[in-house]
Amino acid sequence: MKIAVCIKRTPDSESRFRIAASGAAIDEAGLKFDIDDFAGYAVEAALQINEKSGGGETVVYALGPDNVQEPLRKAMSMGADRAVQLRTDTVPVDGIAVAKALAAELKSGGYDLILFGKHAFDTSAGVVGTAVAELLGLPCVTAASQLSIENGKGTARRELEGAAELVEFPLPAVVTIDEGVARPRYPSLKGIMAAKKKPLESKPAQLGPVRVTVAKAELPPERPAGRIIGEGAAAVPELVRLLQTEAKVL
Amino acid sequence: MANVLAFAETRGGELRKVAFEAVTAARKLADASGGGEVHVLLAGEPGIGGKAEQLGRYGADVVFVAESADFAKFARESLAATLADRAKAGGYRAVVLGFSAQGRDLGPRVAARLDAPIASDVSDFTVNGDSITVKHPAYANKVITSLTITGSPVVITVRPSAFTAAEAPKSARVETVQATPASGPTVTVTEVKEGAKGRPDLGEAPIIISGGRGLKAKENFKLVEDLADAFGNAAVGATRAVTDDGWRPHSDQIGQTGRQVSPQLYVAVGISGAIQHLAGMRTSRTIVAINKDKEAPIFKVADYGIVGDAAEIVPALTAAVKEARKGH
Ligand SMILES: Cc1cc2nc3c(=O)[nH]c(=O)nc-3n(C[C@H](O)[C@H](O)[C@H](O)COP(=O)(O)OP(=O)(O)OC[C@H]3O[C@@H](n4cnc5c(N)ncnc54)[C@H](O)[C@@H]3O)c2cc1C
Ligand SMILES: Nc1ncnc2c1ncn2[C@@H]1O[C@H](COP(=O)(O)O)[C@@H](O)[C@H]1O
Repeated sequence: MKIAVCIKRTPDSESRFRIAASGAAIDEAGLKFDIDDFAGYAVEAALQINEKSGGGETVVYALGPDNVQEPLRKAMSMGADRAVQLRTDTVPVDGIAVAKALAAELKSGGYDLILFGKHAFDTSAGVVGTAVAELLGLPCVTAASQLSIENGKGTARRELEGAAELVEFPLPAVVTIDEGVARPRYPSLKGIMAAKKKPLESKPAQLGPVRVTVAKAELPPERPAGRIIGEGAAAVPELVRLLQTEAKVL
Repeated sequence: MANVLAFAETRGGELRKVAFEAVTAARKLADASGGGEVHVLLAGEPGIGGKAEQLGRYGADVVFVAESADFAKFARESLAATLADRAKAGGYRAVVLGFSAQGRDLGPRVAARLDAPIASDVSDFTVNGDSITVKHPAYANKVITSLTITGSPVVITVRPSAFTAAEAPKSARVETVQATPASGPTVTVTEVKEGAKGRPDLGEAPIIISGGRGLKAKENFKLVEDLADAFGNAAVGATRAVTDDGWRPHSDQIGQTGRQVSPQLYVAVGISGAIQHLAGMRTSRTIVAINKDKEAPIFKVADYGIVGDAAEIVPALTAAVKEARKGH
């Protein structure tokens, strides 16, 4: 199968964040960047689908400045066949603008399946994948926690509040990937060597107008320091008393 | 003055809590834009129109009812097309949905169809002339951003529980509209698996009892279930270590790559407090931690920590909570 996976470069989610002097962004100094978590699951899902079917092509896309070439190379070291950078100076937080640029490029790609992360770590928005599907007129499963492709047909599971939905869909299709579908592999040394020779094409993006911008970024208020009230079952009466009188939840 | 359109989410023929929250947020947005009307699209299975009056109680001026048998199975392409068509016909300032499983799917579709900008998971907003500024937790809740959105209409999905549904009674005018059928290939629902009955959803529960690997075995989640039962209105959550091992379904996972929750009370049992777990629950009002390792990072965020063996402490707590709640 011919599968496209769109990946975003985002800071490592374990980082401690500081706000940049502008007050409208995080301070990127010293942060490690990687493929965004859910898109990483999507790359793995694509590789597994093509490995199982014993063929096909996995192509990874990233929109952004030249620093997106690093996660694209990483995806190729995991096993993707080639990569495309859609060049922009910055990556807007406007998901529809990004979706338009990706859709314009993916339209003529002849893909059976186009995968995205459920949401990117930085935007935490969950817009781009489903919007691309709608722009291309393709069926879309948003936030699939299970995915299988067989005989030209897809089945997936989606978590709902207190329930889950099992769905079927024809190909070509778009799926945005939740955790649970696949955990990304680590690139092997052989994979890393091979990725250096794989094609990475770079071309300008056809970004739509940017209508969403960050006006301010703040760190959430710190929680007061934690407190240990006691040890073992002997501490239970004190806990219950605090839940009743202080926290007032009982 | 500008009108705002809200989407009334339903499941199983009933309005969901986020439907009223979307109407409340739309009311707030219409008032802030100079006092326009709130219109609501109530799209659901045949008979759903009977729920229109309930929406009036929360401030809807007009309820547009679109009934279709396909909507019983979340015909997402047709729902999005129906909502987008209504939005086009009404010339609204904004379309408001809940940031729920349905809204996460429909919001981006509607925005793409309208070529409108979208802001997701919005916890608050202000209107300043031609732009709307929204509060949106980004970086898995680690950074709170204020986003400025220009253009009209805009699509906004609101964070569940951020806008408390407030009654503002109106006798809503009800109009029937046609459902727009899907124009291309579609996703078909083959089955809906209902989760554990009688427990609130994690996103809505005032109390959450969560278990981690410290519970040692799948069967021991019974301790967590029993404590949740003792509280009466509690949901049960889990860490990724536990969902990875298949002790609990992925839908129970709390954290950066799971659900993000802010209950009144969060009880963490046998959970170390990894940063990815904290990302999903650190905004809870009160946090209780039970862990045998007094150095566990969960104690840094716990208002009340007890050091010790969960197998001993949790049953004692369950008994004490039952005792305290006698008569409830
Ligand atoms: C990209 C990424 C995303 C992730 N997303 C998530 C996420 O969404 N949610 C999430 O939870 N994790 C997530 N993780 C995993 C996270 O890093 C931790 O591995 C996980 O939260 C640990 O789960 P745990 O606390 O149950 O297990 P552990 O870390 O193994 O902790 C078990 C705890 O139980 C205690 N314990 C042991 N025995 C007892 C006993 N008898 N009584 C009481 N306490 C006992 C131990 O002291 C220990 O603190 C993510 C990781 C990555 C890399
Ligand atoms: N700049 C980008 N380049 C490539 N893919 C992207 C980009 N931004 C977002 N995506 C994809 O869209 C998903 C959802 O992003 P978002 O809508 O921002 O939450 C991500 O997990 C990626 O798969």
